[in-house]
Amino acid sequence: MDPILTKFVGEPNAFTLDFYLQHEGYSALRTALTKKPDEIIELVKASGLRGRGGAGFPTGMKWQFVDKKATPRYIACNADESEPGTFKDHLLMERNPHLLIEGCAIGCYAIGATVAYIYIRGEFLHVQRILEQAIDDAYAKGFLGKNILGSGFDCDVFVHRGAGAYEAGEETALLESLEGKRAQPRNKPPFPAVVGLYGKPTAVNNVETLCNVPLIVARGAEWYAALGPEKNGGPKLYCVSGHVKRPGVYEASMQVTLRELINDYAGGVRDGRTLKAVIPGGSSVPILMPDQLDTQASFDAIQKAGSLLGSAAIVVLDDTTCMVWLAENLLHFYRHESCGKCTPCREGTDWLHKILRRIEAGEGEMRDLDLLASISGNIAGKTLCAFGDAAVTPVQTTLKHFRHEYEAHIKEGRCTLPAEWRARQAVGTH
Amino acid sequence: MSFHPKMSYDATFHKSARVLGDEGAPFTYTAENRARLDEIVKRYPADRRRSAVLPALYLVQSQQGYITASAMRHVAEALEMTAADVEDVVSYYSMFNRRPVGRFVLNVCRTLSCALNGAERVTEEICAKLSIKPGETDPSGTFTLAEVECLGACDRAPVVMVNDAWHENLRPEQVGKWLDDLRTKGEAAVSGCHHVVERNTR
Repeated sequence: MDPILTKFVGEPNAFTLDFYLQHEGYSALRTALTKKPDEIIELVKASGLRGRGGAGFPTGMKWQFVDKKATPRYIACNADESEPGTFKDHLLMERNPHLLIEGCAIGCYAIGATVAYIYIRGEFLHVQRILEQAIDDAYAKGFLGKNILGSGFDCDVFVHRGAGAYEAGEETALLESLEGKRAQPRNKPPFPAVVGLYGKPTAVNNVETLCNVPLIVARGAEWYAALGPEKNGGPKLYCVSGHVKRPGVYEASMQVTLRELINDYAGGVRDGRTLKAVIPGGSSVPILMPDQLDTQASFDAIQKAGSLLGSAAIVVLDDTTCMVWLAENLLHFYRHESCGKCTPCREGTDWLHKILRRIEAGEGEMRDLDLLASISGNIAGKTLCAFGDAAVTPVQTTLKHFRHEYEAHIKEGRCTLPAEWRARQAVGTH
Repeated sequence: MSFHPKMSYDATFHKSARVLGDEGAPFTYTAENRARLDEIVKRYPADRRRSAVLPALYLVQSQQGYITASAMRHVAEALEMTAADVEDVVSYYSMFNRRPVGRFVLNVCRTLSCALNGAERVTEEICAKLSIKPGETDPSGTFTLAEVECLGACDRAPVVMVNDAWHENLRPEQVGKWLDDLRTKGEAAVSGCHHVVERNTR
């Protein structure tokens, strides 16, 4: 499949409105405004577009659930991109900001919203500047604002910058943050489609998801669905990082396999190294082993293989990687990012991290392994949002596949695989 | 008195790790920043001024480098919220400095993809070169070192965010020269995001 979303990323002026207009830009918005909002929702449903943020929920359904009786309604575009290993939305916003703006406008039209807020993570200041310039240009040419293209439809798009909180990527926490509070999740139900931003119906959609909408409107649902396997249509952006020769964002049909992505697209593991394991969808998903590399990188196939496609962040681990260290590294992340609202997650991630650090330092005991499993079981499913499940996954998945490494650490009283790329001594104070 | 024989009910028992904000000098926005805030507030419904708290705090930080208690009260007044609610927000988000920081804040990404490519070694080299630990500022007030979680630039690991800009692919062996360059050349020594660089150089 030739790149579609990233077709022009190599062009110097791809981010400008002039370039975008020369390449059929905003024609999908023009088409959309001639249809009824419900027709757009039906079209997106027919395309089978699934949310690209991580859950893979059908976007058309999400839009249909938006309560059409209450006003105003909102779109909150999730540009918080914080899942470790993920850097695809960054590329889209940086090189193709008008595609996102067009997606926001069509989305607003479909659900009857008049405002879209793009919630961008605080660390993307350089991207925010590009987006805001693009938004200004779109207003100037009448693609945003009042009476867009003479249709009578009004739509505003604003960028809202976060300030460093992984949890802000959870949809209800994102809404809380937009309301000027701590990014902590809400109890669900009610879902944002009914009670969202400022208590009003809101659709929360990922950047890549909204970028797919103009394609569907312009070229049709059937064309879109046929790009990938059944129920996994459309182009997909994959972020390949870790121990590969050419880390980067690669666009492919979801027919592609993990092996092709790692070896053909990203150049494979470095010379003299062998592949040890793969995290296929960001740090929150179970790892897959080398014998599962021929799995298709689609939502359904990866799930069938025992993991999740998540945000399509493929982190490749070679044979120098200590799996206890890996779990410790990721639990440091989850411990730091736990928002503190639910006790099992707030306290449990700290306990898990402490135990993992103890084992990694060679001071663990065999009973610690049962303790890790027990604490994990007391976090998963016992929190308001999916963070709890995500946080225990690195522990559970490494214990499942690499229990022998944990045992070796405990028996030998030291890390058994201290790679040269790691710290000479334990660093970090928090 | 204590309800537990082995736990005395004294000051050490309920010791909170909460750090009260520095009171700081009396704070008011410059006229320019106040005007910018008034523009930003218009993006949100009229009765939802509080939504602008993050941008309002960024303006404080750009004006005086870190966020003091008097600044929090000023923000609270401007946005019609309580000072406690502002502190609630400031203490939650990691990008707000609550203490004075050096001219360059070196935020080293420590999460998986960067760590797999040597981020821990980068931190070690910075610590050794500047004789500071993460969280500290060097005596000259030039550098503050912080370890941060995934910055979303995993294809250019290891990444260090210097104030608001990215420095990509920083190898541990380059750290010494890089810090010297930062001292002498300032922000010109920061590579920037490769997307921005590629666009500007074509």
